[in-house]
This record gives sequence, structure tokens and C-alpha cells, in this order.
Amino acid sequence: MFKATVIVKRRPKILDPEGKAVEQGAKLLGFNNVKQTRIGKYIEFFVDTIDKSIAEKEVREYSEKLLSNPIMEDFDYTLEEVK
Amino acid sequence: MKPKFGVVVFPGSNCDHDAYYAVRKVLGFDAEFLWHKETDLKGCDIIILPGGFSYGDYLRTGAIAQFSPIMDSVYKFAENGGVVIGICNGFQILLEIGLLSGVMIKNESLKFVCKNIYLGIENKDSIFTKSISKKILKFPVAHGEGNYFTDESTLKTLETNNQILFRYISPSGELDSRFNPNGSLNNIAGIMNQKKNVMGLMPHPERCCDPILGNSDGALIFQSVANSFLN
Repeated sequence: MFKATVIVKRRPKILDPEGKAVEQGAKLLGFNNVKQTRIGKYIEFFVDTIDKSIAEKEVREYSEKLLSNPIMEDFDYTLEEVK
Repeated sequence: MKPKFGVVVFPGSNCDHDAYYAVRKVLGFDAEFLWHKETDLKGCDIIILPGGFSYGDYLRTGAIAQFSPIMDSVYKFAENGGVVIGICNGFQILLEIGLLSGVMIKNESLKFVCKNIYLGIENKDSIFTKSISKKILKFPVAHGEGNYFTDESTLKTLETNNQILFRYISPSGELDSRFNPNGSLNNIAGIMNQKKNVMGLMPHPERCCDPILGNSDGALIFQSVANSFLN
């Protein structure tokens, strides 16, 4: 079995009004060095197989087809074998 | 031929009954609900994907609904030239499934916007607008993610191919970002696909069809589409 973590990020050119609003909060707290806050998504799940290549394939396809929208988002993932 | 409307019902749709009421009770056309787990479009000529919060809007608006069994049939129907109307969440689903190009991001204000807005008709030759004589329509909007975005080349294609159907304008017809409720690119409120048989719009025509509500501009769109079958 593998544990997958997927991080979905907005493409740099896509506006991120949430990130912008959160950064306003940072300024209110006095974090004046904070710049370019961007909000993404963190998703974790298990893939029930002993074959790492199958797990990779499923994580990729799941991320491409559903977890991210390729028009506005990129994704990274990690896979870790668990018992 | 009198067309038959089909209104798809997803878990979380909440404008399905409004759409049904508008086309069936107000305009008098045959209409049927189509449950999202079915695959049969039951001989409907015009498919409406209604507004609401399909699958709770989890992950991204419309992201999960695009994989409902009925959407396979709707996709093929549209590819074969069938008429599809996506309203609000229905528009978001059409973007996710790729029948229309672009994405919806959060409103620039980060607020859910619920109010009447004014629309300018950009393309008067489409089946959705052909028989509308009014130049400016008043429709309600109600959404948190109606901020239409796409890349420059797609935007250019939409503009040059006359695929932009509606833009947000002032009550007197002025085009300015001040009258844009959500920050959408070029004040876009509604677009079509290249073949112009699929329309998506954020405002809600089905909520302003019955004259008793004081505004029946929405009926003009459904009537216009129906006329393309009647003529």
C-alpha cells in the first residue's frame, strides 16, 4: 500500500484573490516581509497496491482528471510505501 | 416542431425546479427532469444544466458533476450538435467537462454576489438570442465563483469567432468594469462553443421568467432557443 500526498497549485499567471486577501491579513499582523501569498490544496489518500508503478499511474491520472484543472492548476505528488 | 426541454438534476442542484417551472409552466413547453445517474436523455431536444452546488462545490465548482453518468450522454449529444444550456453551476460544469473553454475562479471581491445585473447581447445571431429584440436584459446573478478566466489566445478566439454572448453592462448600456459583479475577463457573462450549440451563462434567466415576479427577461432566451426548432 502507498500513501499519496498531492499538492495542487494555481498557475503563476492565474489570479488568486484568496491569496491576496490572506496577505492583507499578514500585513495587518505586521508581517511586512510576506510577499506573493498563494493558496493551493493539499490532498492525501492511500493507493491499495504493492506495485509502485501502478500507484504512480493512478495518482497521476487521478490528479490530472479530477484533483486539478490543467487550465489553471499544476500539481506535485509524493508516494510513500506504508504497511 | 415543438421542442422538449430536459433539466438535469445533480445532487446539490437547486435551480432545477425553477428551470422546469420556467420552460414548462411559464412557456408551456414539454419538459422532463433527468436524474444524473441516468444515461437516457429521453428524447429531449434542449438540455439545461441548472444552477446550484452540485456535489457541494467540493474540490472545484462542477469538477465532480462532470463525471456523473448523464454527462457522458450530454457530452455526446452536444458533440452531435444538440442544444445545451448551462446556467451558473451548469456553466461551471460545461467548463470542467470541456464543452466550453476557460475556467471560473473566485469572485474578485471574494464575496458571494446576489443581485440584479444588466447584460448586453454581444451576438444577436445565435439561436439563444436571435428572436430577442431588447438590447439590454436584466437578470439576477447569485454566485461566489463567476470570475471567468482563460488564456489570451482562447480569449482572442472567443472574441473573433463571436462566441461571447453576454457581457455585464450598466442599465444604460455602458461597458465598464464598474458594472462587472465578479471580475470576469472583459466583463464576460456568457459564452458559446465554436459550433454555437452550447451556451453557458452565470446569470439566471430561469429566475426571471414569470411576469408575476416583475421581470420576465429570462423567458426571452428560452423562447429564442425554442423558436429555432419551431421555425
